[in-house]
Amino acid sequence: MTPLLQVENIAKFYGTRIGCTDVSFDLYPGEVMGIVGESGSGKSTLLNCLAGHLTPDRGAVRFDTRADGLRDTITMSEPERRMLSRTDWAFVHQHARDGLRMNVSAGGNVGERLMAVNARHYGDIRAQAIDWLGRVEITEDRIDDRPTAFSGGMQQRLQIARNLVTGPRLVFMDEPTGGLDVSVQARLLDLLRGLVREMNLSAIIVTHDLAVVRLLADRLMVMKDGHVIETGLTDQVLDDPQHAYTQLLVSSVLQV
Amino acid sequence: MISVENVSKSFVLHNQGVAEIPVMQGASLKVGAGECVALVGASGAGKSTLMRMIYGNYLTASGRIMIGDVDVATAAPRDIIRLRRETLGYVSQFLRVVPRVSTLDVVAEPLLATGTKRDAAVHQAEILLTRLNIPERLWQLSPTTFSGGEQQRVNIARGFAFPYPALLLDEPTASLDPTNRATVLSMVGEAKARGTAIIGIFHDHAARDEICDHQFDVTRFTPGLAA
Repeated sequence: MTPLLQVENIAKFYGTRIGCTDVSFDLYPGEVMGIVGESGSGKSTLLNCLAGHLTPDRGAVRFDTRADGLRDTITMSEPERRMLSRTDWAFVHQHARDGLRMNVSAGGNVGERLMAVNARHYGDIRAQAIDWLGRVEITEDRIDDRPTAFSGGMQQRLQIARNLVTGPRLVFMDEPTGGLDVSVQARLLDLLRGLVREMNLSAIIVTHDLAVVRLLADRLMVMKDGHVIETGLTDQVLDDPQHAYTQLLVSSVLQV
Repeated sequence: MISVENVSKSFVLHNQGVAEIPVMQGASLKVGAGECVALVGASGAGKSTLMRMIYGNYLTASGRIMIGDVDVATAAPRDIIRLRRETLGYVSQFLRVVPRVSTLDVVAEPLLATGTKRDAAVHQAEILLTRLNIPERLWQLSPTTFSGGEQQRVNIARGFAFPYPALLLDEPTASLDPTNRATVLSMVGEAKARGTAIIGIFHDHAARDEICDHQFDVTRFTPGLAA
């Protein structure tokens, strides 16, 4: 089986400081990988390099494109990369307002992604928007409201609907449940798990919340100071951590 | 079906003076189709450790753990994920689920993950929950709020939903009343009859004697404990 994403030896430096370095992994269709580490460990830098928001200084990020198979997304042209980020990729930001257009209605936010891939029929776009708002548990009567009128949890669900409406194959998530209260988090986790299974999505989730990765991620990568220090099955890394830092991380979680 | 060959393991605790604690040395065990083997030994001897090594949530330092043709000790994460989905089931002592997911969905999930249609999966879940005496009015609720015994029965229903060829059972009858205990024992018996290879930990000695064909004393492979 061809990996959906093949990451080889990625490095990104900020001047002489390391953002992240020597990162390599394969991600297969339907797999969810978590990346954990404290702030400053390089996990967001890595995610942004993978998603094309930052250009890494070295390495290759190969994506299994529908037309031509594995292509290095770093060396492909800007229009090609933008097309990928509108179709096969999705990016869920920690702060919904970074991923939404706050002065456009909820339906418009979802419809805009469809129009970017050449949907033109107003009735179809609106019907799909309603369908997706329903899937993320936003009722139809809110379709013409702007996200500014939504709660934080609703904004986050709207962002997910906007991202998934075009049927992406790979979803990047940066702290998708950060800043939400726990009951809203649980609802969002449940939603994401269902969507991952139904759509056979692959996802890369950056978080510092070990409970979130235990529930969502099949595999886990632990980062510290820009380096990957441990990888493996999520429950294996959490139950039998090998590296000193991972042991500290796991043993520092407060038991509820 | 399950073949553990000369495995060993130690824990290295970096944050406690880099203490290295050997916990398992040279253990070998074979379980054939339709066979049930009980892990026995004093508390702390390594029964759960061995079981977790077989399931792959503990790393194995040396030796092989073959489940069918997959070596859990060296397999890549995605191979272990597939093994757990299609071949190797595990009924743990504690239920760990996403909050807010209904009991029916929790039980049906292993079937949905292996491609069973939703209606059929839910129907099978209903049969199992009925058999384990979980009242129907609880089925749409999340099991996180259930009593200990109810949670354990939901866990068992989930573990038996898909007919795995290999199954690990960690104290499946603890905290069950006599009726439910008998139900669980007959479910284990049916799994054996279907050809499932089973490894279990039972503090319930009567249950162990009733359903297990062999006992495997892990104490013999515990460094510092072996006589």
